[in-house]
Amino acid sequence: MDMPVIVEIVGESKAQAFETVFDYFHWVDNTFSTFKSASEISKINDGRLPVSRASREMLEIFRLAEQTKRETDGFFDITRHGKLDPSGIVKGWAIHNAALLIKKMGHNDYYVEVGGDIEVSGHNADGKPWTIGIRNPFAIHEIVKIVHLINHGIATSGTYERGKHIYNPKTQKPAGEIASITVIGPNVYEADRFATAAFAMGNEGIRFIGKRRGLEGYMIDTGGIATFTDGFEAYTI
Amino acid sequence: MKKVLLSGFVIFTFLGYSVQQRFDAEQTSVIVPNSSVTPSAGFSTIVTPTPSPTAAQAGSTPPLAKPTATPTPKQLGQYRDGQYTGSVADAYYGNIQVKAIISGGKITDVQFLQYPNDRNTSIEINTQAMPYLKQEAIQAQSANVNGVSGASASSAAFVQSLQSALNQAK
Repeated sequence: MDMPVIVEIVGESKAQAFETVFDYFHWVDNTFSTFKSASEISKINDGRLPVSRASREMLEIFRLAEQTKRETDGFFDITRHGKLDPSGIVKGWAIHNAALLIKKMGHNDYYVEVGGDIEVSGHNADGKPWTIGIRNPFAIHEIVKIVHLINHGIATSGTYERGKHIYNPKTQKPAGEIASITVIGPNVYEADRFATAAFAMGNEGIRFIGKRRGLEGYMIDTGGIATFTDGFEAYTI
Repeated sequence: MKKVLLSGFVIFTFLGYSVQQRFDAEQTSVIVPNSSVTPSAGFSTIVTPTPSPTAAQAGSTPPLAKPTATPTPKQLGQYRDGQYTGSVADAYYGNIQVKAIISGGKITDVQFLQYPNDRNTSIEINTQAMPYLKQEAIQAQSANVNGVSGASASSAAFVQSLQSALNQAK
């Protein structure tokens, strides 16, 4: 994962806690990165390792991917051109696990992010809910919405490049023109897997999020119009 | 919807256990309890209701009673009136226990005495067919924030795949 990893633990000044978390992310990357030929997923993909000898964590990821595929009517799918790419589920899963690691250390106020997917707990250093901006997909140094989260996960799926098509994995045709969809859930694992699937659904994705209890969404289409779910506004106050 | 369907199976399975105990040979229809319930596609485990000690054994035949000279059917429906409480079953996500209330020979009410609710995945029920959505034009915000959520290059997995395919096609 060549993405920035940001960890904030309120009230913690010792490096050890942070190193534990970063070590965990290194392990995740070494296991699940399709860009690393020595990773377990690369070995499975090119036949060097049979799935029957996959690690417990790898099998857990496969199980979660299959469950997510069923829950999203096939729009979430880790198979890609005959190979497995579980990055769409590993990212949220790993951030959530890292957050649990921090909690186990006895902390209640923390922020964990990898590349724009975030899980927060408790309050920030000012004693307030964590304030998270939603990036403007057309001007990446701008934010277009601010939400206040306490114990939630937030994930955004999208593309910043104009003209790129989202492919519906079932029809192999462009799914519809949306620039990004942001999902807020009870943790970042839930937010991320459903943001990934909802993005693949194109314009219908926000409707899917709206129907699912526990999730709220904010979708931005290529025309700069945002469509958001009923309970989303409660997070903006 | 899938949750409701599974519960439907469980309800009738419990009824089968409970009602069969009171099975009357003069009844023409019988509910045969299934020892396992095959879940719909959304689940990876099989719900196996655990029979209470007083329930009939799965698969056993109903007790035969000698027909009386003057059969007197007690009601026209399938079930005896009354309230039947199923045994507690492990529904994988938690315990489930249902109570069926039968009146006029028909099920008039079913109550969940225990329902799995201790995991996020077990309480998602489709409460509305058409979610209520709102729209607005996006506007730049200027406040300071603790963090920013945005798409990263590899979060749009399908787009990434498309890009690599395009690269190969060049």
